[in-house]
Amino acid sequence: MSELVEVNNLTKVYEKKKVALSQVNLIIPRGKIIGLLGPNGSGKTTLIKLISGLLVATEGEILINGSKPGPESKSVVSYLPERTYFQSSMKVKELIDYFADFYQDFRPERAKQMLMNLNINEDARLKTLSKGTKEKVQLIMVMSRDAQLYVLDEPIAGVDPAARDYILRTIISNYNENATVLLSTHLISDIEKILDEVIFIREGKVVLQDTVENIRESKGKSVDTYFREVFAC
Amino acid sequence: MAWNLDSDRPIYTQILEEIQMRIITGQYKSGEKIPSVRELAAQAGVNPNTMQKALTELERSGLVMAQRTSGRMVTEDLEMIRQTRNKLAYEQINDFMEKMKKLGFDKEEIVALLKQAEGEKNE
Repeated sequence: MSELVEVNNLTKVYEKKKVALSQVNLIIPRGKIIGLLGPNGSGKTTLIKLISGLLVATEGEILINGSKPGPESKSVVSYLPERTYFQSSMKVKELIDYFADFYQDFRPERAKQMLMNLNINEDARLKTLSKGTKEKVQLIMVMSRDAQLYVLDEPIAGVDPAARDYILRTIISNYNENATVLLSTHLISDIEKILDEVIFIREGKVVLQDTVENIRESKGKSVDTYFREVFAC
Repeated sequence: MAWNLDSDRPIYTQILEEIQMRIITGQYKSGEKIPSVRELAAQAGVNPNTMQKALTELERSGLVMAQRTSGRMVTEDLEMIRQTRNKLAYEQINDFMEKMKKLGFDKEEIVALLKQAEGEKNE
């Protein structure tokens, strides 16, 4: 079986010659929870959008299950954008139907259960929800798919610590053993215990890919502390 | 019960110690089933693969056993649990002795001090 995601010599240059990613090589295996860590503007979101098929590479390639991003890869990749896009007067329960129409692998019962656990009313209209609640709803939708790859861009940034714990637990207990979660964050200390591996990215280049346990063992410090050293300003 | 994990040591070692402790103190009883990897991972807020690795190590040591159907149970060998408990006690004692020696006490003084401290507590 081919790797879940293989990134070869990937370069992305935006207009005005801004280089967002430069010659990135990565392998993202199945069945792992992987943190994509880097300072602001390091290229995390660009990489995530390329994997999700929302941007096109300038050079190099991304292979998901051995093929280039397209309709096929989108059916197995569940993507959480960094911004919430819920401005409509749609109700939460209508959103569930909407996702169920869109994605064959969407599991409405799972979404409903999570909404209940977080005390979110299905009859509420999306535009009336607070920013944090919108984020929760959006993450619930994304995690309620039976995807092979969940790509989460800053999934816990805007939610309160208690809900954050619940969400991390949700990620741990919901993802299937063959699925991989790739998530970007700068809240490393909150999240490192649930990660298998981390990828450090700086100025569009991958500077490290290693397991959390290796880093803790060899450096004698948490990934959070190590990150602060590597990226010290 | 909460899982208190330090940030500067490997998570795997700490989970291993915690489960060992739970077996020794009887929170997970001899011959009884322990929660699934996924359940334990969610409880502790750690990666399921890390939890799996810790449980595999405990299986290797014999303290827990994989069951034919599914899941794992704590060993029925009470002697093994007792030995594990003793081993942990010795580790504690060694740490303690090291620290006391650093403070400049020799063995006799340490023993005398221990008796004295215990005596004061019981008064």
